[in-house]
Amino acid sequence: MTIEELLKKEMFRTVNPGEDKERQITGVFCCDLLSIAMGKAPADCAWVTVMGNVNTIAVATLADVSCVVMAEGVQLDETARARAKEQGVTVLATEEPVFEAALNIYRELESAGA
Amino acid sequence: MADVITLTYDISPDDFTRAGEASSDVKSKLKQMGVPPEAIRKVSIALYEGEINMVIHAEGGRITVEISPQRIYMVLADKGPGIPDIEKAMQAGWSTAPDEVRSLGFGAGMGLPNMKKYSDEMNIETEIGVGTTVTMSVNIA
Ligand SMILES: Nc1ncnc2c1ncn2[C@@H]1O[C@H](COP(=O)(O)OP(=O)(O)OP(=O)(O)O)[C@@H](O)[C@H]1O
Ligand SMILES: [Mg+2]
Repeated sequence: MTIEELLKKEMFRTVNPGEDKERQITGVFCCDLLSIAMGKAPADCAWVTVMGNVNTIAVATLADVSCVVMAEGVQLDETARARAKEQGVTVLATEEPVFEAALNIYRELESAGA
Repeated sequence: MADVITLTYDISPDDFTRAGEASSDVKSKLKQMGVPPEAIRKVSIALYEGEINMVIHAEGGRITVEISPQRIYMVLADKGPGIPDIEKAMQAGWSTAPDEVRSLGFGAGMGLPNMKKYSDEMNIETEIGVGTTVTMSVNIA
């Protein structure tokens, strides 16, 4: 499933569109602790978190995740938003809690057969 | 890319908004050079953890990255407080990170274990009150 396809489901708001909406999402990962995400988030996953500072964007870029999903209605702070724009990172958002947000993505991945 | 390319970055202390910039820059340079994505990802993760540690635990420092056709060699040198017990510091979950940085998502005690995991070779030299130098290399397959 691509980011574009996920967006079409209208489950998430777009905080930053990012540079590549055709990018594949191949898994889901949840954790707010940055070094755990850094070490364990698989490349090309959707990373669901409530940590919205600039370091989230740095980790997303360097661990090479497909997109960041901010759960629980948490906002990206201004610096993070600017960095996401600059680095071309796709950031989505939802009012749903982390588990539900991740589950919804997982279900879409399953039904897309990816 | 027959020659060795050297990149150098001065890392400023306590600036979390800039932390990760050196690693991001190295990542984009490696990409331009056509280094394989797996090697780039390993370097990015290992280097970021080292860069952040210099910001949080030391007073900044200097990162040097040497890129040759065979490998990427990284030296992270700081003049921070040093690491009293390397074995303990290397354990997953061990952290002395202060509360201010924990609230930003740091302090899992996974940085050094990640550096070990994602580099092909890693060495730490440290002296209390003098500083710490971490060297890591990632082979280009
Ligand atoms: N450059 C350094 N200078 C001094 N102490 C360091 C340095 N790097 C690491 N340490 C010490 O080793 C501990 C473990 O480091 P590690 O990177 O594994 O975890 P952390 O930085 O505390 O948390 P995390 O990296 O998961 O956000 C640190 O808490 C700190 O006490
Ligand atoms: Mg660390």
